[in-house]
Amino acid sequence: MKMDNWTFGITMLVVGMGGTLLTLWILSLIMSLLKKAFPYKKEEEGK
Amino acid sequence: MLEAIGNGLYGLIAGFTNLHWSNPIMIVVGLVLLYLGIKKDFEPLLLVPIGFGCILVNIPLAGLMEKEGFLRIIYEAGILTELFPLLIFIGIGAMTDFGPLLENPKIFLLGAAGQFGIFLTLALALALGFTKLEAVSIGVIGACDGPTAIYVTSQYAPHLLGAVSVAAYCYMSLVPIIQPPIMRFFTTEEEKIINMGTVKKSVSKTTRIVFPLVVTVFGGLIAPKGLPLLGTIMLGNLMKESGVVSRLTKASENEIANIVTLLLGISIGATMDGRVFLTPQTLIILALGFLAICLDTACGVLFGKVMKVLSGGKINPLIGAAGISAYPMSARVVQREGQKYNPKNFLLMHAMGANTGGQVGSVMAAAVMLSILKGMGII
Repeated sequence: MKMDNWTFGITMLVVGMGGTLLTLWILSLIMSLLKKAFPYKKEEEGK
Repeated sequence: MLEAIGNGLYGLIAGFTNLHWSNPIMIVVGLVLLYLGIKKDFEPLLLVPIGFGCILVNIPLAGLMEKEGFLRIIYEAGILTELFPLLIFIGIGAMTDFGPLLENPKIFLLGAAGQFGIFLTLALALALGFTKLEAVSIGVIGACDGPTAIYVTSQYAPHLLGAVSVAAYCYMSLVPIIQPPIMRFFTTEEEKIINMGTVKKSVSKTTRIVFPLVVTVFGGLIAPKGLPLLGTIMLGNLMKESGVVSRLTKASENEIANIVTLLLGISIGATMDGRVFLTPQTLIILALGFLAICLDTACGVLFGKVMKVLSGGKINPLIGAAGISAYPMSARVVQREGQKYNPKNFLLMHAMGANTGGQVGSVMAAAVMLSILKGMGII
């Protein structure tokens, strides 16, 4: 697919920044869920 | 007889007579890199082998980067195959504690904002006339992550590898000088003194073990082209957190990382032959790389300001500067800056969270970028 530099640059900006932000946001949500699913217990200290 | 003696003597001075004008300049560049590493302690583990490799390759007639030259063999075995950056990533994963990030997962977003410089610089490089794949490789300097920059550049713009990797490692080591003025410029006195409190220990071992698995599977599904980067860093982290393969973890963070760092450094230095390195293009790449890291820092701090507003003033925007991948230098810079304005403020662990978020973020940004390129049919 032939694409001019302008279209390519804008696509990379929008999809790249948006994709990175979205991916890490979803990961942060998953992490919050994981923390709830596997809560920290005091007994883990010292292990 | 006299002719034979003349020829023999010529053999001894052939190195001098074959010097290209660019070779002495590059030998000086190599010496400067050695000086920065040895005297100034700027990333010495990399700058010393890179500087020495640079000197070696600029001595004519030695043929170190010609077919069967020892530097060429190392370069082809580890850089062209992308093996070295990936092996380094296993070590990085084994050395990184994602605990502070998992304590406050929202901080992950700062790790994304800290990568925006990659894409802004990419657009600028395109505007300056670089090809698409060259622009991608230049932009990735903004990941502030040497192995990622090498991985992407060796694949898509190998002729820029020397300039890109030198820029990536030099600017990474200059983070304590580059970041503070930008952090001060974008934050108010009020914001600089925000106390974020202490980080509570609230992450279970199970969560720590599941984290690398989730990132690998989820990140890999979103950006399969970046899975080698993501998978290796997460493998290292899984080994560390599981605690059952301590021999492998120790080998990854010590022996393997050390050997590969040496070979990686010397073979990057070997790409700095004056005849191909000393071009106006290299200077532009160095300038763009610098800009990328400045933009990363600015975007991180500005996003920190957004998060401050959204959190009701609980987040200190300074920690946004640690959303880049230069771990742990960037977090230390944040701690130091924060304490200048509020000596009782301890931002280190919060900044460590953003910094490790930046590590995942830089890999994720590169992975996303490669997947978009694949989707557009460019690679």
